[in-house]
Amino acid sequence: MPLTISDALYNQLRKHGEATYPHECCGVLVGEFDETGRKAVKAVAPCGNTRTDSPTNRYHIDPVELVRIQREAMLAGRDIVGFYHSHPNHPARWSTTDLAEAHWIGCSYVITSVESGRAVLTNSFRLLGPEENKRFEDEHVEVIE
Amino acid sequence: MSIKVLIPTPLRPCAGKQSTIEVSGQTVGEALNDLIAKHPDLRKHLFSEDGKLRSFVNVYLSDEDIRYLTEDATPVKETDTITIVPSVAGGR
Repeated sequence: MPLTISDALYNQLRKHGEATYPHECCGVLVGEFDETGRKAVKAVAPCGNTRTDSPTNRYHIDPVELVRIQREAMLAGRDIVGFYHSHPNHPARWSTTDLAEAHWIGCSYVITSVESGRAVLTNSFRLLGPEENKRFEDEHVEVIE
Repeated sequence: MSIKVLIPTPLRPCAGKQSTIEVSGQTVGEALNDLIAKHPDLRKHLFSEDGKLRSFVNVYLSDEDIRYLTEDATPVKETDTITIVPSVAGGR
């Protein structure tokens, strides 16, 4: 089941990775789930990376930012449907750290590889549960005009 | 006293698919206990076997992390909203 995102929002999250290079960027994907579980991204909320101790290979979103984004999304009749971050000088594949620290079962985790300051590949992975036996599944990203 | 709890998307299947649940209690602990009483399947997602909040689960009272208040004993009032947010982190 694909993750649908507009060309403008797709470019926005990729450019975030370029702007923070060589540090990891991170943010939240706000949108809608339909009755089949298909996700459509309607807004991108860039966040700060609180991992100032190791920003080139770690990211963490301040929970208070998540609280605010979740509240505003719900007021607008939307939901958090996923998250994004960048892998500077590293492939756009999930790492063992990404899996260990992912807890939003059913949501999308979008990763962009950034090399020499330029966004290269962007891939999405859907987190499947339960928490004790979680795994990522490749997810097609459908970029629409 | 009735307080609102905002449920994040991954926990909604255990909460009757609801995004907001009204609970009662005088403290955060009582409110969460009422939430669990209404939706028992949430317990294992929020608490470890020793009854403590799981390390990756954040509970906010308005914009304050209850870990930096008085945790379960934090008093709540009618206008408060409790928000549950699992943590978001990772890296290559």
